[in-house]
Amino acid sequence: MRRKGLFIFMAAALGAAAPAMAQTSTTDEIAKYRQLLADGNPAELWEMRGEELWKTATGPKKVSLEQCDLGKGPGVVKGAYVELPRYFKDVNKVMDLEQRLMHCRMSLQGLTREQATKTPFGSAGNPSDIEALVSYITAESRGMKMSVSTAHPQEKRAYEIGQKIFFHRGGAHDFACATCHSVDGQRIRLQELPNILNKTNAQAAYTTWPAYRVSQGEVRTMQHRLYDCFRQQRFPEPAYASDVITAVTMFLAKNADGGVYNAPALKR
Amino acid sequence: MKRIGIVLAVAVTAAGCATMAADTDYGKAALDLMKADFKSKGPATLDRIVNQDEAQRLCSEYPTERPKEVAEKIEAEQLKLVKYPADGKYLGKWQEGEKIAQNGRGMQSSDKVGSPNGGNCYACHQITKEEISFGNIGPSLYQYGKLRGQSEEILKYTWAKIYNAQAFSACSNMPRFGHKGILDEKQLKDVMALLLDPASPANK
Repeated sequence: MRRKGLFIFMAAALGAAAPAMAQTSTTDEIAKYRQLLADGNPAELWEMRGEELWKTATGPKKVSLEQCDLGKGPGVVKGAYVELPRYFKDVNKVMDLEQRLMHCRMSLQGLTREQATKTPFGSAGNPSDIEALVSYITAESRGMKMSVSTAHPQEKRAYEIGQKIFFHRGGAHDFACATCHSVDGQRIRLQELPNILNKTNAQAAYTTWPAYRVSQGEVRTMQHRLYDCFRQQRFPEPAYASDVITAVTMFLAKNADGGVYNAPALKR
Repeated sequence: MKRIGIVLAVAVTAAGCATMAADTDYGKAALDLMKADFKSKGPATLDRIVNQDEAQRLCSEYPTERPKEVAEKIEAEQLKLVKYPADGKYLGKWQEGEKIAQNGRGMQSSDKVGSPNGGNCYACHQITKEEISFGNIGPSLYQYGKLRGQSEEILKYTWAKIYNAQAFSACSNMPRFGHKGILDEKQLKDVMALLLDPASPANK
């Protein structure tokens, strides 16, 4: 229903313009729509719930996540996201936010892997704790510059592997990430596609995830965004919080370096 | 001019080889990671991404620019793979072709195995004046048939282009609709009619 509502809104906006104008004005209309809702992005509800979850003692060990080390030391949430993914010495690997969160929930709170990854993507009547936690953590980096390191050999490796996956063509349709995201000004239907190889585009795209998706009525994380891209690419399904997702995220995050982080945002 | 072209091609090939040693490692690591972390679901199977065919492999290796001889090799090989319609008839119904051009379903992990696939042509191409929601990854096909007519040459070329886009343009972004079994012969004929039938809205 939500999707239909927005579609009608967009269609009405489009109807007013001549067809030739339609292409550019769609973006303007979406921008206007964003502005209408900007003061009340529903993502704030996720952020608040996430903060509560972060601070609530839970799991078999009855502890909160407040001692979780997201890379800037135990309990430091402020600014943690703009430096992720990064290498973590304690596990000797590069992790993105959701992998690290899963790690903390298992190691600190004593949850099983299954419990820690339950409902990664929420739906009506079945909210996701992960989407809420991620909303809270990412919001704590708002206004800060993306500063992702590839100095550690494993960080560099994740970036390079991510780049390979970005250009990997396969599946029934021969698509790669690059098919849609390596040229300026491309659109699928009326949806504009960021060129991830162009710094300004990569920054604009990366710094606005997670986002409250009006069409889905949920805050969606970067994990979900990539999951959805791979689905449309006709690729098989990536495992939740897997290294393949972290590698691609590393490639995207590094390309967005220097951009001012501004999410959870609001999207179609 | 020709000589410069050849020298450049050789230089590009040599550069490609020089960086190979370092790249291969990440390429293999990427493939291993995909094998470990992706799972087949519905029609979207793992073998489709880890067992790339030669064109997919070369296009991944040379994502943006590629030596002329690599491109020519891909195009020649792919052209050989085109199967023309058995009955020699190229045009079906444009009305059905329009539905196929609109339909973006098919072969995603969320789709049912065996359900009919769409072509989703509008995702990348303008085709008719009526549909204003079209993408721009491919060129406009509005008045495709009106501008080109229906000669045997045009029929064969258009069929082959939809069947296997890489027969004419190595590493084209366009899926190989016939070769990969995305669209069946009847569907291909219907899409042909959308582009070439004088009664089709594409040619109005």
